[in-house]
Amino acid sequence: MKLHPGARLRSAVSEAEVIVVRAPDDEVDLRCGGVPVIGHDQSAAQGPGDDGHELLIGKRYSDASGTLEVLVTKAGSGQLTLDGEPLTIKPAKALPSSD
Amino acid sequence: MNIVTFLEMAASADPGRVALGEHLTYAGLLEAASRLAGHWNQAPPGVVYATVATPALPIALFAAAWTGRPFAPVSYRLADEPLRTVLRGQAPAVVIADGRPAEIASAVDGLTIMAPSMAGPTAGGAEDSPAAASGGPPAGDPVQDPDLPCVLLHTSGTTAAPKVAVLRHRHLTSYVLGSVDFLSAGPEEATLISVPPYHIAGIAGLLTALYGGRRIVQLPNFEARAWVRLAREQRVTHAMVVPTMLARIAAVLEEDGGGLPYLRHLSYGGGRMPVPVIERALRLLPHVDFAGAYGLTETSSSIAVLGPEDHRLALASGDAAVRRRLGSVGRSLPAVELVVRDPDGKDLPPGEAGELWVRGPQVSGEYAHGALIDAEGWFRTRDGGWIDQEGYVFVEGRLDDVIVRGGENLSPGEIEDVLLQHPAVAETAVIGMPDEQWGEVVAAVVVTRPGTAPTADELRGWVGDRLRSSRVPAKVVFRDSLPRNDVGKLLRRDLRQAIL
Repeated sequence: MKLHPGARLRSAVSEAEVIVVRAPDDEVDLRCGGVPVIGHDQSAAQGPGDDGHELLIGKRYSDASGTLEVLVTKAGSGQLTLDGEPLTIKPAKALPSSD
Repeated sequence: MNIVTFLEMAASADPGRVALGEHLTYAGLLEAASRLAGHWNQAPPGVVYATVATPALPIALFAAAWTGRPFAPVSYRLADEPLRTVLRGQAPAVVIADGRPAEIASAVDGLTIMAPSMAGPTAGGAEDSPAAASGGPPAGDPVQDPDLPCVLLHTSGTTAAPKVAVLRHRHLTSYVLGSVDFLSAGPEEATLISVPPYHIAGIAGLLTALYGGRRIVQLPNFEARAWVRLAREQRVTHAMVVPTMLARIAAVLEEDGGGLPYLRHLSYGGGRMPVPVIERALRLLPHVDFAGAYGLTETSSSIAVLGPEDHRLALASGDAAVRRRLGSVGRSLPAVELVVRDPDGKDLPPGEAGELWVRGPQVSGEYAHGALIDAEGWFRTRDGGWIDQEGYVFVEGRLDDVIVRGGENLSPGEIEDVLLQHPAVAETAVIGMPDEQWGEVVAAVVVTRPGTAPTADELRGWVGDRLRSSRVPAKVVFRDSLPRNDVGKLLRRDLRQAIL
């Protein structure tokens, strides 16, 4: 599927929801719990998504190259993968508050 | 992404956490915004906020965003005619206002007035029960279009007529995601917001505090004693101030000696911080982390930050290059590129002064009458400055304010800092004055401390002992006060007109 920043997606196997922060230009295969993610307006089939991975609300996940980044807006289970490679949590920022 | 997503996330992750004041929770705030959004089903296509910061501010901001309406906070302090012009420019719209601004708005075609109490929680009742906006049709899902205008802000217009800057959802959400982690604040943390809603820091500060989970305490009209009292009573741990506010807060603290025991972090921005003022504040509040920020309305708040460690190192350092950084705005934020270019748009090497250009997902550079961003996404700040070898950014001020004396560019701030170190000088502004021989020469307008009467020659000598002779003011004018806008920004244009 082709992604764009601001796109809202949901897991097809759990309650998890994400929003795309940064997206590559080309077609990608983004999955949660091994099943392709679906549009926010589609309803999830609710499969056996518990693969032991918990997606945490407010955490950002990205691929190794940093071209894809998603923000978890609703917690749920299932590992996020891009073209078969797991996405990893972006470390917390160490920026001082400026406003 | 819509900014409402942030509120929905926080309300689902920690619904009972207090978001604002003493009682309004994240769930309560979401509920109130949703009701107001539903109430605005048939309302005009824009929302104007023309009153002080109250709980109605975030409720109306999120309700406007929910329905895809732009939210335009305007200064309720403007005189009748300028206020009428600004309001007319936003019609048709709902105007949240009371008192004089509401009266003026009611005479403008296309504006529907709403009292702040109608948008926010009732004054006397439970703070988490949304008021009269209830009972309307329920709001649908928030509109999801990151390209929609989210906030319209009138730039301060200190050098020219004010412009309306357009910040879209994608600019503000990029800024928030780039600067703060979700619900990362401790339960005891509280932030005091005292800049008005029509200042970019008043909006950005609201969003970053909400996303970070830091309780918001609002001070509707800044006054230094009230600020200090509220900071103590509400156990405020974080705050943002503009430089004039910090100078006044420091004076109150020096007088009453009570300190700010709960305060941990104080950020400042919205104008150039005179080095003597920040040095005084650092000595007065040794336990507080200071962060200095540089940003513009058009860049969705901060693009560079001088952090707490930078402040401590600079204050303690014997190395002139490190010490000088106290007068810098720190380094650019990770998501932002900041460069210095010459008048032809060519990049300049470290250490060379030119114009600051900025690029990044939070940078709008767009006005109601058109975008000022180039094909590569760069925005010209119109601020002069330079960047040192380590990436520290030094802002010399608006390019329009630079004094060109005999071909030499002089930065008013450098001369102002030296004058401020004179014991008799309370406030000063340095401007260029037309001169037949030099093109421009330096003029200093000085407000003296009570009980002192320095002569012009004495102040000229003071500058001459510390800076090159070209910086010595040719003229020194004494005044009772300096013209500032209501967020403390010096109105150099008015000053020029007044003394030349």
